[in-house]
Amino acid sequence: METLAALGNGFALALTPTALLFAAIGVTLGTAIGVLPGLGPALTIALLLPITFKVDASSAFILFAGIYYGAMYGGSTTSILLNTPGESATIVTALEGNQMAKRGRAGPALATAAIGSFVAGTVGTLGLTFLAPLVVDFALRFGPAEYFSLSILCFVTVSAVLGGSALRGLIALGFGIWLGLIGFDEISGQERFTFGLNELRDGVGVIVVAVGLFAVGETLYLAARHRTEEGVLPLTGSLLMSRSDWARSWKAWFRGAGIGFPIGALPAGGAEIPTFLSYYTEKKLSKHPEEFGKGAIEGVAGPEAANNASAAGVLVPMLALGLPTSATAAIMLSAFQSYGIRPGPLLFEAQADLVWGLIASLYIGNVMLLILNLPMVGLWVRILRIPKPLLYGGILVFATIGTYGISNSATDLVLLYVIGGIGYAMRYFDFPTAPVVIGMILGPMAEAELRRAMIISQNDLSVFVTRPLSATLLALALAALLAPPLWKLARRRR
Amino acid sequence: MFDRRSLLAGAAAVASLPLLGRPARAQIDTLKIFVPANPGGGWDQTARTIEAVARMEGLIKSAQVTNLGGAGGVRGLPTFVNQWKGQGDSIMVGGMVMVGAIITNKSPVTLSQVVPLARLTGEYNVIVVPAASPIKTFADFTKAMKANPGAVSVAGGSAGGTDHILLGLIAKAVGVDPRQTAYVPFSGGGPAQAALLGNQVTAGTSGWGEFEEQIKAGKLRAIAVSSPARLPGIDVPTIKESGVDVELANWRGIFAPPGISDSQKIAAFDFTEKLAKSAGWKAECAKRGWSDEYLAGDAFARFLDADVKRIEATLKDIGLA
Repeated sequence: METLAALGNGFALALTPTALLFAAIGVTLGTAIGVLPGLGPALTIALLLPITFKVDASSAFILFAGIYYGAMYGGSTTSILLNTPGESATIVTALEGNQMAKRGRAGPALATAAIGSFVAGTVGTLGLTFLAPLVVDFALRFGPAEYFSLSILCFVTVSAVLGGSALRGLIALGFGIWLGLIGFDEISGQERFTFGLNELRDGVGVIVVAVGLFAVGETLYLAARHRTEEGVLPLTGSLLMSRSDWARSWKAWFRGAGIGFPIGALPAGGAEIPTFLSYYTEKKLSKHPEEFGKGAIEGVAGPEAANNASAAGVLVPMLALGLPTSATAAIMLSAFQSYGIRPGPLLFEAQADLVWGLIASLYIGNVMLLILNLPMVGLWVRILRIPKPLLYGGILVFATIGTYGISNSATDLVLLYVIGGIGYAMRYFDFPTAPVVIGMILGPMAEAELRRAMIISQNDLSVFVTRPLSATLLALALAALLAPPLWKLARRRR
Repeated sequence: MFDRRSLLAGAAAVASLPLLGRPARAQIDTLKIFVPANPGGGWDQTARTIEAVARMEGLIKSAQVTNLGGAGGVRGLPTFVNQWKGQGDSIMVGGMVMVGAIITNKSPVTLSQVVPLARLTGEYNVIVVPAASPIKTFADFTKAMKANPGAVSVAGGSAGGTDHILLGLIAKAVGVDPRQTAYVPFSGGGPAQAALLGNQVTAGTSGWGEFEEQIKAGKLRAIAVSSPARLPGIDVPTIKESGVDVELANWRGIFAPPGISDSQKIAAFDFTEKLAKSAGWKAECAKRGWSDEYLAGDAFARFLDADVKRIEATLKDIGLA
């Protein structure tokens, strides 16, 4: 009851005209930057930090939260339409989403992403409102050993994107892990694979790789094959979701939200891992597994819901403990400091109005985002009416500008096209590209957490099985790997 | 960022500014601040605060902040040295983290190539243990470390950073080989705090501000601070009080580019002094929890020299240099 009263106060604050205005600006801006590859919410909020000298705290945070949620919505649009993920959390969306677009089903893909984001954003915000203390308690039980086991569980998800040949898929995965290891190693403080290049010291950006492999690689591939074709992508069927689209989406939305929220709340969980797990889950549970890789709607609905719910999850440790667990949260916390507020475990009590106003504005922002994004679907799909050569030329320009926007570094552009070339070769020789990105995100995480766990346990490997949570995660990974072949074997015996 | 054209235009504008020849009290038109870190971090906040205060105090008309982050500042430093050379009205924000990063990254460009203007702020480290820990005092901590250094895991930031250096200094001072310590690097304050709150590690160290609220809420116990004397209003003993002769400040300061004229230098020092002594600056420092560690000119240069030597020696002990 106390929570409801506090939330009521929050709504009273968040429904004032000023607050609504800031929320509207935030979600619009967030959607826009989500659409642009490269310009993420962390950078945008950082650039807007100086406004903390001008406007009051609650307006600033409502604006920032709107940007954060909005970016999660907007990121899916370019993934689906152009195969160019705007954020690392929407890389998985591109897998099925772009396939749907190519088969003339861009409308339902965008719609299931938008509605799924709304559902998951709302579920996540409800979780933030009512479950924060419980979730925090659970999240703190995750130590390096648990994170390592979680990343092992995630590696299983690679099997969902391996394609025809396991060998080729694993080579792609290994390449991704290697890319992820480039740069400064925070555990040993040494540089790895930088070839003495100053620009590689901070590593290779996952967005640069994703855009290079997906967008540039595909454009080169198409340019090499369809030299004379002037066709337009087909746009068949309705812009709206059909009855069967709804039936296949809604469960995926809730499963995605269920995976995304708790993992987002883990201090080192991130927004990408839940999208991998959700994609894998949907593929395993789907009645149409053969459609995966060719535009299965569950493969868009689940991961999109997962990344939005994880955004709400990230706010749990930030508001409940004052812990910044993502780049965006860190920058929002530094904004608190501009107001002389020290974020910490007492934030909920010390700044009740601010926190509850912020939470209430998240509910409102979600509704605004749905209203903003659904009508845009019709507008967005028109992009696909552009003749192919122009469309793909435009994608190259868009990818190039976006990549330059991340770091203003010419090196990143060279890297983008080198990786684009590799992407072309991979496509030509029938290697799947998604495992590269998965390896790049999971590899360094698994490695760092393994080494942390070993430092703490003094090189005792048994920690992974003696700690209950870690053992559970490893058992799940093992079950996911062994169950399907054993199942087959058992059937054959019978 | 900037491209070559705006850089040339900037250089031309600087060269033609009559202001530079004038007495040093003139107002600066556009102060250009180079931040060798990404937006949002400590150096960036320092830059934005300098901008806000200098404008409020009428020292500048406007400012332009350029971020080029990466590798503890080592990625941006060569740009400042080579491309900002000779530009008066330009400053770079930097600090102790950069000193360590230059050494561990074996950077060919070092802080000896820029003009140290002043140390502005500093933050002292605090050593904490989870509330439920059997370790109650700093003496308990060093005793456990001496008994079995590998069993006392200490969480902090990236390898070779301030936190790691502090642990190395403490280990050496109590007679433990710094290479035997179980330092657990995390990618930032958030994950390190989470490991402490979840009882995953024995102890942790970071800037006081990072842990302050957790300490106040009773979730973490502060056993020592790395300052030379007790911090005002904070009832936590120093490391020195426990008979271990170690102190360490994660300082932040500003630098001018190489190749500026003497009159430009005078103007830069004048600006720095007015900024650091202004009421607005002191108020911002208090609000943000930065301790005012103003030290200018030659005194700062000498301090920097000594700090570089000490950090290099410690990093060698840890095995990183």
